[in-house]
Amino acid sequence: MMLQAPVLIVVIPLMFTFVALIFGLWKKGLCYPIVLIALSLSFLATLQTLNIVITSGIIHYRLGNWNPPWGIEYVVDYLNAFVLPVISFVAIMVAIYSKKSVEKELSDKVVYFYCIFLLQVTGFLGITVTGDMFNLYVFLEIASLAGYALITMGEDGAPFASFNYLIFGTIGACFYLLGVGYLYAATGSLNMADLARLLPDLYGSKVILVGFSFFMVGLAIKMALFPLHVWLPDAYTYAPSSVSALLAPLMTKVGAYVLIRVIYTVFKPYFSIEILPAATILCWIAAAAIIFGAAMALAQTDLKRMLTYILVSEVGYLALGVGLGNRNGLTGAILHILNDAFMMLALFMVVGAIMYRHGGRRISELRYLHKKMPFTMAVFVVAALSVIGIPPTCGFFSKWYLILGAINAHGWIFVAVLLASSLLNAILFFRVIENIYLEPHDGDIVENHDMVAGAEESPLTMLVPILIAGAGILSLGVLSGKIISTIIQFAIPAGF
Amino acid sequence: METIVSIRPLLAVLVTLVAALLIIFTGEKHRNLREFWTILASLLKFSIVISMVPFVLDGKILKYTIIALTPGVSLQFRVDQFGMFFGVLASALWILTSVYSIGYVRGLNEHAQTRYFFNFAICLSATMGIAFAGNLLTLFIFYEILTVATYPLVAHKETEEAIIGGRKYLVYTLTAGIVILFATIFIYSLTGSLDFKAGGFLLGKGSSATLTFLFVILILGFGVKAALMPMHEWLPTAMVAPTPVSALLHAVAVVKAGVFGCLRVILYVFGPVLLHKLDLWLILAYFAAFTVIVSGLYALAQDNLKRRLAFSTINNLAIIVMGASLLSPNSITGGIFHIGSHGFMKITLFFVAGAIYVKTHKENISELDGLGRQMPLTFGAFAIAAMGVAGTPPVCGFISKWYLAIGALEAKQVVFLFVLLISALLDIAYFFPIIFNAFFKSPKEPVNPHFNEAPMRMVVPLMITAIISLILGIFPNAFFNFFNLASMAAGRILGGM
Repeated sequence: MMLQAPVLIVVIPLMFTFVALIFGLWKKGLCYPIVLIALSLSFLATLQTLNIVITSGIIHYRLGNWNPPWGIEYVVDYLNAFVLPVISFVAIMVAIYSKKSVEKELSDKVVYFYCIFLLQVTGFLGITVTGDMFNLYVFLEIASLAGYALITMGEDGAPFASFNYLIFGTIGACFYLLGVGYLYAATGSLNMADLARLLPDLYGSKVILVGFSFFMVGLAIKMALFPLHVWLPDAYTYAPSSVSALLAPLMTKVGAYVLIRVIYTVFKPYFSIEILPAATILCWIAAAAIIFGAAMALAQTDLKRMLTYILVSEVGYLALGVGLGNRNGLTGAILHILNDAFMMLALFMVVGAIMYRHGGRRISELRYLHKKMPFTMAVFVVAALSVIGIPPTCGFFSKWYLILGAINAHGWIFVAVLLASSLLNAILFFRVIENIYLEPHDGDIVENHDMVAGAEESPLTMLVPILIAGAGILSLGVLSGKIISTIIQFAIPAGF
Repeated sequence: METIVSIRPLLAVLVTLVAALLIIFTGEKHRNLREFWTILASLLKFSIVISMVPFVLDGKILKYTIIALTPGVSLQFRVDQFGMFFGVLASALWILTSVYSIGYVRGLNEHAQTRYFFNFAICLSATMGIAFAGNLLTLFIFYEILTVATYPLVAHKETEEAIIGGRKYLVYTLTAGIVILFATIFIYSLTGSLDFKAGGFLLGKGSSATLTFLFVILILGFGVKAALMPMHEWLPTAMVAPTPVSALLHAVAVVKAGVFGCLRVILYVFGPVLLHKLDLWLILAYFAAFTVIVSGLYALAQDNLKRRLAFSTINNLAIIVMGASLLSPNSITGGIFHIGSHGFMKITLFFVAGAIYVKTHKENISELDGLGRQMPLTFGAFAIAAMGVAGTPPVCGFISKWYLAIGALEAKQVVFLFVLLISALLDIAYFFPIIFNAFFKSPKEPVNPHFNEAPMRMVVPLMITAIISLILGIFPNAFFNFFNLASMAAGRILGGM
């Protein structure tokens, strides 16, 4: 059982999708517990996998006992062993959180929602666990298709936003697939480890260069890297609360993981940095993404839409860390996969809770919310401080490593971008916090007496995951030294 | 130099953090219990801090490492004489401010009192963290916490003016924060370490252009909270905060954290040897001297009492930085001691401003004529503290200025002796009319000529701080060898020379 852990990570949520469908059609209420059981089991499997990796090194799991490169192989090293628990933990939190919001927003689609939810998580986990380029494509499409379906369930603009995303996403997937095709044509292999071994001899080949470029563009679309992010703000704004809370923290992070995997494991770092200036280009695009995302966020009056642009900016951080191409930059990027997952999880869950209780989410309408929902708002403040990068929240520590990486790479402009983005984020979030907490009133203090403190706090199934995410943001920062020394420092691809 | 591992600095930081949680969960319904937590925490904190003094006076260093943050740098507390000095000062003044705060917010029936006490407690935790931080990163972490926790206090009144004051405060301090962050990371990338060391740890690392650049941006960064001109503008604006906030945070915790940071950079990161080598010390001293004079002139022009006090604060903070940057034993001693003596005197002055406001709702100096007859204790305390700030014996301001003056001569820089004297004259020019008018001028509108003071919860603390200022002037070592801590710190810094 223990040795099967890597495959169980994927198989459990996949199988439970059908279980949830069958039982759900019989009795709607059964879906929720089934999803929770599935995700908890999968989470345990990811922890077990991480444990095996830490104690005995990289796991190679051969599906159906077919030897690679012919069979599909799941390979778990420190990098994906680190990402896997993040994905399934976020998924559990969102699953717990979804109960009330799904009842309210999607009351007639509960069963289908939960089935696709599980498929979505299966896709994310599969992308991360696999060691095969084509298998990765399959999971990428599972995740994307599930994403289109989930987003369509949202509010008025959702079907159009989802269609838009579908077109972009499909182009991205095609590009990725073309990339796989070119590599296969040149090497005859789809296995990542095999490719890594075969490719260095072919680094001069035009086929490889074109394939690599296809990968880059395809992944940039999937992870919403500026300027290919255009599908994201609409899609994530109009999606149901639980869906944005699941997709926002995960889709972009999984994309970042694949990016690291492709450009530094499948291809050797010296190819992506020296033979092609891919890493340098990535840095500049990332810097533009950081500034553009934050600037666009400034222009929004809708809180959720503002967060989607902040997400675009956060993708820039991840890409910058990857592009810097040194130990500290990569440490920052990998650490930010964890930190940003928690930050975005907290923020999107809070917005969902506000909408659940309050109906609206315009920034100017948020007054008094700190009295009505004190705990939810406290977590919002913590998450906001983390995005700004105020210590001791976790966001500070990703910024620390990213800036350190940028200094090591002598990328002074990137240092400036990272620092300036802190200020932009501060303006963004303190504007909201001011709206929530402070009320300009002239002269006498009017106490609103009919407002009982905490009377409209989020329901417990929402509040608990929100509080856990908030606690995570506060504690992960201080623990980051430990996380880096036990996992991340080994997760950095060879060659750095 | 003996090092002892002790959890006490961590406890001193945690006690107010726990209190902050208790305060917020107790809430407005049980306000007496809530205030009890504040008082209890302040007393506990003070006793924890005091219990560390004997070790530090023995020349030992208390150290506690919480967790490794990044290779070579831990979240670490390290209590040396300088940190101890600041810790004693802040924790002692918090007790008095707590009592005074309760009198103030209840006297004015302020809103959002729970938020107020919660943030106050967080601020004190952060200040203690700054005092005991063992390296630049730990210091920075608490420095930023202080920034954020102070913001709701500055914007407390929630009027248009208060919100703008709060924004301005954030813009200044967060910008400073990222500048410090950049410098910190840069130093880390140069040396792989950030631990403070008496006499500095950067000697021989990096080119002199790099080091000069780092020094400039670090001083600019910490100089914002220390309100060095031209980065001072937030401080007078932040005077919109409730008076106890101005008192503790803008006379002791926040601005002194800035000065503390500057001194840590000057004396514990760069160090006298390196600064002499780079020829930066004299430039900084002139820079500070400029602030000393100009802020004194500004103060003359203010009619709002708290704004005048704010400019006087800017003046005194610059004097401290100037003393430290002269790098002679007596000027460093005087500078460090002035952190404490100015703290006691300035908090008295702010307490007085608050007491006047609670009793009469007057904020402007031109309205204070004749009030001394109604509030003799308050104005008496004001007179003592104001004399002290001007450097008149036997108040403690005299001691620090005496050492600063000797230090200027030791450094063979007579100019700064004159700067000190001019600043003292300016102090007299902007404080003495207040005292004179309050006691001797006849009031414009009839004042109650009988004894009619502000609530005792406010008057007693301000009298205590005034008396302590006097005692420290006569016996500088009266409390916990206060002066010795300063001179020992100076000795250790220059011992490395």
